Amino acid sequence: MSNVRRSGLPLTQSATLLTVENLHVSYGSIKALHGVSLKVPQGSIVTLIGANGAGKSTTLRALSGLVKPTAGSIHYDGHEVSKLPPEKVVSRGLCHVPEGRMVFANLTVRENLKMGAYLQKDRKWIAEQTDYVFGLFPRLKEREVQSAGTLSGGEQQMLAIGRALLSKPKFLMLDEPSLGIAPLLVKTIFQRIVEINREQGLTILLVEQNANLALDVSSYAYVLETGKILLEGPSAVVKADPQVQAAYLGA
Amino acid sequence: MDWFFQQLINGLGLGAIYALIALGYTMVYGVLRFINFAHSDVLMLGAFSAFYIAPKIEKVFGSQSVLACVMVFILAAAVCAVIGMTIERLAYRPLRNRPKLTVLITAIGVSLLIENTAQNERVLGSAPQAFPQLITERAIHLGNLVISSKDLITVLVTLVLLGGMWFIVQKTRIGTAMRAVSFNQQAAALMGVPVNRIISFTFGLGSALAAVAGILYSLNSSIEPLMGVQPGLRAFVAAVLGGIGNLPGAVLGGFLLGLLETFAGGIEGWSNYRDAFAFGILILILLVKPAGLLGRSSVEKV
Repeated sequence: MSNVRRSGLPLTQSATLLTVENLHVSYGSIKALHGVSLKVPQGSIVTLIGANGAGKSTTLRALSGLVKPTAGSIHYDGHEVSKLPPEKVVSRGLCHVPEGRMVFANLTVRENLKMGAYLQKDRKWIAEQTDYVFGLFPRLKEREVQSAGTLSGGEQQMLAIGRALLSKPKFLMLDEPSLGIAPLLVKTIFQRIVEINREQGLTILLVEQNANLALDVSSYAYVLETGKILLEGPSAVVKADPQVQAAYLGA
Repeated sequence: MDWFFQQLINGLGLGAIYALIALGYTMVYGVLRFINFAHSDVLMLGAFSAFYIAPKIEKVFGSQSVLACVMVFILAAAVCAVIGMTIERLAYRPLRNRPKLTVLITAIGVSLLIENTAQNERVLGSAPQAFPQLITERAIHLGNLVISSKDLITVLVTLVLLGGMWFIVQKTRIGTAMRAVSFNQQAAALMGVPVNRIISFTFGLGSALAAVAGILYSLNSSIEPLMGVQPGLRAFVAAVLGGIGNLPGAVLGGFLLGLLETFAGGIEGWSNYRDAFAFGILILILLVKPAGLLGRSSVEKV
């Protein structure tokens, strides 16, 4: 945990990239989130775990501007972003790899990456970052001119992550990167996630149903249940919690 | 044999116009998943724009000069692009998150509004008006075949525009964004693509093509406020025939329908049944391939 205290600043402001307070989201008359609060320190991997329908995806969708919260605040990198549309949120470096990957199946791998870099003007940076992504996931390089619809689930996940990396993220939100993917590829993808966090200094908020995996790679964890934070703590502590073990870890 | 080639030439001229209109239907369907029924009225407004613009332009650039003709096309296309984007902004964008049926009904409403407003004597008036001779009518003889200069220009203009469209959609950043938006708006928004601006651009592009089609269509006839209905309906059918949402499909469907209609109409004693024949074939094709000739039944990997 990088709770580095900067001189002159109160501890609460030290190196926290994202602060969510009392977030409420409704879909019509159905309340999906009832006051979620969480903090993500700069440079960390934080995970949000919970069962199906707990509100994990909704939390990410609210953070990236796809749904508008009915109440609460999202403070990111010194700004309130809860009222911004998605394209403004991503321009600030808060990038969301959505559940189900949502790669553009009708576009080639290369075109998908180009769309990721839609807001980037610096061609040199785009070329370098594209090479970095290809280095991270050599499979994508092999399939560069193939349409994304022909990729396997795991390859699509790689593409979705690679595409997000081209949006020049400071903060990456990953929604269920292990879902529906062959176990071997899941391992690769999670290794890469840790690598991205270290090499690019990227802060990551990881949403997972596979709690074991998520708790292993993260430093801090929140457990979400029916739209509320049930408990939180350093990942090792959360992993040892009997309640969590019974409900989410199948122990 | 002569008969065949003569019908082929005529059919290509008609098909080219259908193809241009069909592209507008299919592009809008691609990004918003509804049929913009007002598209045929944009075509009519394109013809009327040219009708009012042409005399002023010809005063400056000379009557029937190439430059004047090109200017009329460009200006009418620009007027219609603005009209198309305005329709989208005022009528469709407020309904972005409503059921598609709501938007569809609204499109029919917009179409009726334009047609009936235009028929008012103080607006465009319901009486047919002679369309200005933008192009010198010249018959080109090739052996026993007669190619009218208008058909030739129609096909040439269409081919140039189709090439331009292909380039925009396949090779440019905004075209790639159009394809991305048409596949998944949310994912595109997450990449920073300004979805509303892309949709607006799509309407502008489709409407500009409709304006050109409207002018080409009017070269051989008079114009009136309901003139868009017939070609609009056929182009819509052409878009469905080719596979709605699929750009090459719209072009293929347009040419195919134009050819079918012309060939059926060219057979002795069949000319009254040309529509029945053409649409009958359409029904047959759609029975075999419900998604259209180039349409893919959507299978997505989850």
